[in-house]
Amino acid sequence: MSESDVTRDGVRGARPGRDALTEDRAGRRRRRRGRGEQAMVPDAEFSSYYGKPILNKPTWKPLDIAGYLYLGGLAGGSSLLAAGAHATGRPTLARTAKLGATGAISLSLAALVHDLGRPARFLNMLRVFKPTSPMSVGSWLLAGYAPLTMAAAAADVSGRYRLVGAAATASAAVLGPAVATYTAVLISDTAVPSWHEGYRQMPFVFAGSGATAAAGLALACAPARETGPARRMAVLGAALELGSLRMMKRHMGLAAEPFEKGRPHLLLRTAEALTVGGAALAALGSARSRPVAAVAGTALLAGSAALRFGIFQAGVASAEDPKYTVVPQRERAAESGSTPPPS
Amino acid sequence: MTDETETAAAGPGRNLLSGPQPEVARAAGYADAPPRMGFFTDTSVCIGCKACEVACKEWNAIPEDGLELTGMSYDNTQGLGADTWRHVAFIEQRKPLGGQEPGIGHDDVDVFTAARSLGTSPSSPGPGATAPASDARQPAGAPTGEISPLAPDGRTELRWLMSSDVCKHCTHAACLDVCPTGSLFRTEFGTVVVQEDICNGCGYCVPACPYGVIDQRPDDGRVWKCTLCYDRLGVGMEPACAKSCPTDSIQFGPLEELRERAAARVAQLHASGVTDARLYGEDPDDGVGGDGAFFLLLDEPEVYGLPPDPVVTTRDLPSMWRHAGAAAASLAALAVVSFARRPR
Repeated sequence: MSESDVTRDGVRGARPGRDALTEDRAGRRRRRRGRGEQAMVPDAEFSSYYGKPILNKPTWKPLDIAGYLYLGGLAGGSSLLAAGAHATGRPTLARTAKLGATGAISLSLAALVHDLGRPARFLNMLRVFKPTSPMSVGSWLLAGYAPLTMAAAAADVSGRYRLVGAAATASAAVLGPAVATYTAVLISDTAVPSWHEGYRQMPFVFAGSGATAAAGLALACAPARETGPARRMAVLGAALELGSLRMMKRHMGLAAEPFEKGRPHLLLRTAEALTVGGAALAALGSARSRPVAAVAGTALLAGSAALRFGIFQAGVASAEDPKYTVVPQRERAAESGSTPPPS
Repeated sequence: MTDETETAAAGPGRNLLSGPQPEVARAAGYADAPPRMGFFTDTSVCIGCKACEVACKEWNAIPEDGLELTGMSYDNTQGLGADTWRHVAFIEQRKPLGGQEPGIGHDDVDVFTAARSLGTSPSSPGPGATAPASDARQPAGAPTGEISPLAPDGRTELRWLMSSDVCKHCTHAACLDVCPTGSLFRTEFGTVVVQEDICNGCGYCVPACPYGVIDQRPDDGRVWKCTLCYDRLGVGMEPACAKSCPTDSIQFGPLEELRERAAARVAQLHASGVTDARLYGEDPDDGVGGDGAFFLLLDEPEVYGLPPDPVVTTRDLPSMWRHAGAAAASLAALAVVSFARRPR
């Protein structure tokens, strides 16, 4: 008919990808939850800006900050073990725990400074004291706690200044539980859905995890005749950690989903298996056999670490998907009736 | 969830963690503060020229942060960050603007058949029928009439939303609350600014911001965000983005005045049929105590990449500390129980 490229079926020779797509196919990405034939469940439908995250995800390096969460728990728990062992006359357990606390808190301080964008300015952390900033509170806490653990360990190893050492051990044990649990506030006090929504249970998860890690270190390094308290601490800590974790996930709503997907899921399942296995071994077999105690201790240490890395990565994953920001806020707004539901 | 939210019963001089706070600068310690300044971004008149992005980059000497073609309409900036303090969002929708009549499709009309019957009946006047009487100088059959618009009022069903996003300068700013060094501070104008000579790059403010505004510059290590041109405000000038905006989509001024102007604008738009128009971030009762930079949007906030109901995370901080205290006590008790029996 004509030699024009424009035909009734469109433009001849045009690349299909050049057509600008709108709304459903581009600008307004709608996603549906649930898979397959679960039509009974209403779809969690939401709009987003090209699927881009609403939050800026944490810039923290996983090894530094998840590692710090772990080491802080290990140090705090170890200080408690150290004080108990010191008071009840278990010298090897006391020394192991004191050295463990010092080593863990020194490593964690190094990790914290390493994670700063400007490490040379680490002293700015002590420029002000701000109760509204868990990181400021934590910095001051560590500034008090780290020297105490070092004094306790130095007095123990050198065998001198015993009175000072005892005072330092007791003081470190007072601050230890705070060091182990404040890190939960540190990560909960963010807009990251999978961290913030768990703020009620997270400190208990971290307390239990710190106890199992410290007990694990003691089991791995101290002789069986002194590790009775560590074995009990392992069992109690595991129960507190895993029970609180379960409860936390149940109360988080949609923000619990990142804990059940991908690498965080794998890490948390590993943590559960290692912690349960380690605690069981500690309770049943480690009193008689040194190798069993070493295996139990290592499993507990690894389990606690896996838990912290799993929680850290679940939070990052929840910040990267706008679903976890938009859907719960929509539901909340719909409940309170402050804003109309999405059209 | 709100069981331990501090109420607004305290006086204006008290610094709260959440809730309405009319005199935010005075609460921060400025006895003689000027009125709170802010932005009202009216996206209904934004034309997507990105002059604000350019002016902001120029004035604040923000480094280049990559040139990418995203395919997201005309948006190649993508979002706010350390090196983007103004970001224009572009959203294409199959939706009419206010005043249009949607659904006047001509899908069932075969234009080729219709073209063949042109000029054969009074209902199908030929080309030129609506034009002034053609004279002999024109070639025969040349179309002299107006080209028919797609819809009776001249607009199509595609609407293109544009919105210039910026730091919200919250009444209760999570970034400021969690900053451990005091680098982030409240200015006398009620805005929130980073002191770059103090920031040590701890990065805590980045996940604390419920809007995803502030971010870390990887090569520099420190965090950066909109300062509401603190340097310009200090000498009585308006911020660079507002100055450069050709349509006054970005309006700068005392927050009280902007709120009045915004309310009037929404009423005007509703009256003219744009029922989608709504304000975002202007309510002092919202989760962040109201924004210093608020918006008039034509769709849900999440369509523009904004959170629908943001809450300052530190609202729950007193409860967090209480729970952590209980957990610390549990841990201590757990240790005591562990040592209680002495089966030696």
